[in-house]
Amino acid sequence: MTTNIKRRVFLKGSLAAGTAGVAASAGLLAPQAVVAAWNEKAFKAKSMDDALNAALGATSTDASDKIKIKAPDIAENGAVVPVSISADMSGVESIALLAANNNTPLVATFNMGAGGVPDVSTRIKMANTGDVIAVVKAGGKLHSARKSVKVTIGGCGG
Amino acid sequence: MAKKTIKIRAKLKGDKTTVKCLMTHPMETGLRKDKKTGKLIPAHFISEVVAEAGGKNVLTSNWSGGVSKNPYLSFAFTGAAKGDEVKISWTDNQGGSDSASAKIK
Repeated sequence: MTTNIKRRVFLKGSLAAGTAGVAASAGLLAPQAVVAAWNEKAFKAKSMDDALNAALGATSTDASDKIKIKAPDIAENGAVVPVSISADMSGVESIALLAANNNTPLVATFNMGAGGVPDVSTRIKMANTGDVIAVVKAGGKLHSARKSVKVTIGGCGG
Repeated sequence: MAKKTIKIRAKLKGDKTTVKCLMTHPMETGLRKDKKTGKLIPAHFISEVVAEAGGKNVLTSNWSGGVSKNPYLSFAFTGAAKGDEVKISWTDNQGGSDSASAKIK
């Protein structure tokens, strides 16, 4: 039993150290930001939750069928994956685009200005097969949609 | 002729203006290695794109190195008329920037 308890303590300790390390590195990185508006913490985050938290201040999103993601089912080249996002909602403030399995999941954020229509498209890089996730902030709430994209590196066409 | 890094097409349909643009930029993530030297290629990507129409901000977009090389961006907005000017400017993480403008057709 004593060994078990020790193991628990050890695991807890190492986990805590891990989070502290992440926090410290995030703190060190912050002053280097070249562009003030650029959300360094969100873009450098290694996990989906961290990225969402830093970018939008929350991790919980409501799945919504009003958001449409247009992306290929199979992408032959992970370096160029065309993605379009449109949302059939009013009062959209921002759209965040994430690729779940990327090293840094947050790819882009789009903040709507005067008369902005939630309809954006771009081309992103995807490291691996995974979900493309769009998080739309409308009226203070977060809505999300996801679409799985298979990436076949090697370009044999799957 | 100076080399332009942004190409813009802006088209008005109904009351919605759709803008498509292409930028020329290497978009290095900072994770790739140089094949010859084995060293990491430093990150070099567009971090902010700002679009204005008729002097009003219509879109501010922040990017990471996860956007493809020579990025393509399309977006839409309302409240502009034919002949209005759309201005797009980008800033990258190494302090470079460029801007271009086009008239809405």
